[in-house]
Amino acid sequence: MNPSNYVMLSAVLFSIGAVGVLVRRNAIVVFMSVELMLNAANLAFVAFARMNGNLDGQVVAFFVMVVAAAEVVVGLAIIVTIFRTRRSASIDEPNLLKY
Amino acid sequence: MTDVVSDTNTGEAIVFWVCAILAVLGALGMVVSRKAVHSALWIALTMINLAILYVANSAPFLGMVQVIVYTGAVMMLFLFVLMVVGVDASDSLIETIKGQRLAAILLVLGMGILLVWGVGNGLAESTDVGLDAANAAEGGNVQGIAELIFTDYLIAFEVTSALLITAAMGAMVLAHRDRWSPNPSQKQLSVDRFRGGQHPGNLPNPGVYARHNAVDTPALLPDGSTSEISVPEPVRSRGDIRPVDHSDMGEVKEITEGRSE
Repeated sequence: MNPSNYVMLSAVLFSIGAVGVLVRRNAIVVFMSVELMLNAANLAFVAFARMNGNLDGQVVAFFVMVVAAAEVVVGLAIIVTIFRTRRSASIDEPNLLKY
Repeated sequence: MTDVVSDTNTGEAIVFWVCAILAVLGALGMVVSRKAVHSALWIALTMINLAILYVANSAPFLGMVQVIVYTGAVMMLFLFVLMVVGVDASDSLIETIKGQRLAAILLVLGMGILLVWGVGNGLAESTDVGLDAANAAEGGNVQGIAELIFTDYLIAFEVTSALLITAAMGAMVLAHRDRWSPNPSQKQLSVDRFRGGQHPGNLPNPGVYARHNAVDTPALLPDGSTSEISVPEPVRSRGDIRPVDHSDMGEVKEITEGRSE
């Protein structure tokens, strides 16, 4: 089976994640969409590693996972902090600078 | 596995199509479902299928890490925060910017078509070297990745550890909340209880009589009147206090007196 199928699947998943980021307004769902995009990139890395026959792609995917985990931890802490002051997890709410 | 592209591996094709369809289904469900908890469950489905695809791509280590880190730790964290923030927080359907949803979907559709088309064209001539040789060189997939991490990518690996510690510190600082007032002491609690004006001890139980012993029946005080606070507050606020039938007591008195004669 041609491994470029994996890369195409990764492109599809990345696009769906982008739709989620642009359309959804619950901050946590937006975060999940970002996670989906990172996962799609990982799938592409793994497929490229297989195509080229060396493990560097897998190492990069591993680093992406670590960075994604750190990003989730800090991002969710920010969401909790905003929720404490604004009583809302909607990304339309923190628009204080507008007025 | 060092075969030419035209060689099709049926087993892998079946795994790919099943998992790819399930993964796309999970991703779509995540974007579409109104409730955030449903979104979390959908994306967990996507991540498990991606783990299977990693294993199919001869990356068993990454497949396991995907299951442990993403479907285990990250999704658990997401669900935990969802419970803190409120499970029933669903999106409103009112658009803040007019036509934003349609524009976003159209733009991303264009981007997706370009990506798939470009990738399909660009990789049509691609080789499939396979990882069997690379995995066997160090004795296995985990050993091969470890060899790379601790030689070529050592600095990146060390920086990663600094990043993880910084993220943990950041989460602790952000989620920590200072107390504005000191903890109340046991003495203070006791003083508040007796000086607060409310009933300090247990409330009296509702009345138990020959004909009624439900919670809506108030207890009788020694002078024959009823005690309001013996009826639970919700029943009291509905006005469901059952009036004590004093004629019953007359009957009881007659019976007992008749028996004693």
